[in-house]
Amino acid sequence: MSGVKEQTRRTDAPRTVILFHTSSHAFRAEKLLKEADIACSLVPVPRHLSSDCGVCLRLPARDAGRARAILDARGVEIAGIHELG
Amino acid sequence: MALIYLDNAATSWPKAPGVSEAVAHFLDHVGANPGRSGHRLSIEAGRIVHAAREAAAELFGAPDPVRVLFTSNATEALNLALHGLLRPGDHVVASALEHNAVMRPLRALERDGVRVTTVACNRAGTLDPGMLAEAVRPETALIVLTHASNVTGALMPIVDAVQVARQRGVPLLVDAAQSAGAVPLDVERDGIDLLAFTGHKALYGPPGTGGLVLRSSFDSHRLRPLKQGGTGSRSQSEEQPDFLPDAFECGTLNAAGLAGLGAAVRWVLAQGAAQLGARSRARAGRLIEGLRGIPGVTLHGWAEGTPRTSVVSFTVAGCEPSEIGERLDAEHGILCRVGLHCAPAAHRAIGTFPTGTVRFSPGAFTTEGEIDRALAAVASLAGEARR
Repeated sequence: MSGVKEQTRRTDAPRTVILFHTSSHAFRAEKLLKEADIACSLVPVPRHLSSDCGVCLRLPARDAGRARAILDARGVEIAGIHELG
Repeated sequence: MALIYLDNAATSWPKAPGVSEAVAHFLDHVGANPGRSGHRLSIEAGRIVHAAREAAAELFGAPDPVRVLFTSNATEALNLALHGLLRPGDHVVASALEHNAVMRPLRALERDGVRVTTVACNRAGTLDPGMLAEAVRPETALIVLTHASNVTGALMPIVDAVQVARQRGVPLLVDAAQSAGAVPLDVERDGIDLLAFTGHKALYGPPGTGGLVLRSSFDSHRLRPLKQGGTGSRSQSEEQPDFLPDAFECGTLNAAGLAGLGAAVRWVLAQGAAQLGARSRARAGRLIEGLRGIPGVTLHGWAEGTPRTSVVSFTVAGCEPSEIGERLDAEHGILCRVGLHCAPAAHRAIGTFPTGTVRFSPGAFTTEGEIDRALAAVASLAGEARR
């Protein structure tokens, strides 16, 4: 099944999650960031964060700035960006 | 007896390659509720729905996919636009060729104090843009126009309607049920504020799918949702979210159908709407040429050179449309639609009320051989009626 592959491998590198108002934006963001070769994955929103929709995009913290620029440029509204501990 | 399906204006059949596989794949291997849970199957369901949204956005020129609001069909999209925009005291202009998907909501709104003007059309089934402009008043809140008549196949002057709407500062709602997939449409380029489409006609997708496309300049906050309910977003709140598309999409989506719609739209994009439309119009052209040569057959709402879809409406002297329809099916395996086609005003305009017409609507998969067999069948019935 294409696209279901989850990135479950844990690394020590710091990670960031991007939250969205609607899952439509989360799916659009996933596609745009993957096209830009940013290793991101859609995951359930961590319990300690509140979000408008149930999924968020997790990516390496070092790519967060580039990700935000891409999403801003394409008009994908971001509800929040959080560094994971 | 091999069946000949000439009822594509009601619903197209067969469907685009890949549609049934996409629906089956969703039901057999994905199945979960998109945008609700965070598990992999829910995420995959969301991806599939989003891919359908992106495909529809590309086809209709919407720069942001969330401006494609999925509905169950064009009727729901039109109801969303009409009930969502019109308030008591507002005035709305429609053509006399509208389908009941427009006229019935308008008649219901009329009882709530919305005033409705329908602009007459000529017997060739076309609309005079000057008359459309004259019908607009200072309190006009909306112009609604079918892109193509489902009775005659005539394309309405959308370019002129856009000009009228812009000059008067009135939003334009286009009912593209008959044209989406057969005529290139681009809400941004064409200046269409709201476009209603269905998946099961010229997009060759499954029934139960459709949508309303909002032009980027149209403020979605002007639109009141038809319904409220769960969206999977902002679950802590009992208020309907106000962001797109969730504001207008609640309850579990027809994700299996949308999986099929996505496959259908991607096929239309690959083939080209102009090319697909030209193919079915070429079959209609052959049909018209043949029907004109059969004594006793009258074409309705047809004029040489008028831009049109593949819909052809006709009657046969001495034989009711209902009898023609029954005998075409029973004796020739030809499947078409007869009667009033859900648009009584359009039939009044072209002079075929109340008995209606026989409507043949070839699709992109109709062959010339099938058209020739249909013509032979009509010739034989018309010959019997003359005796």
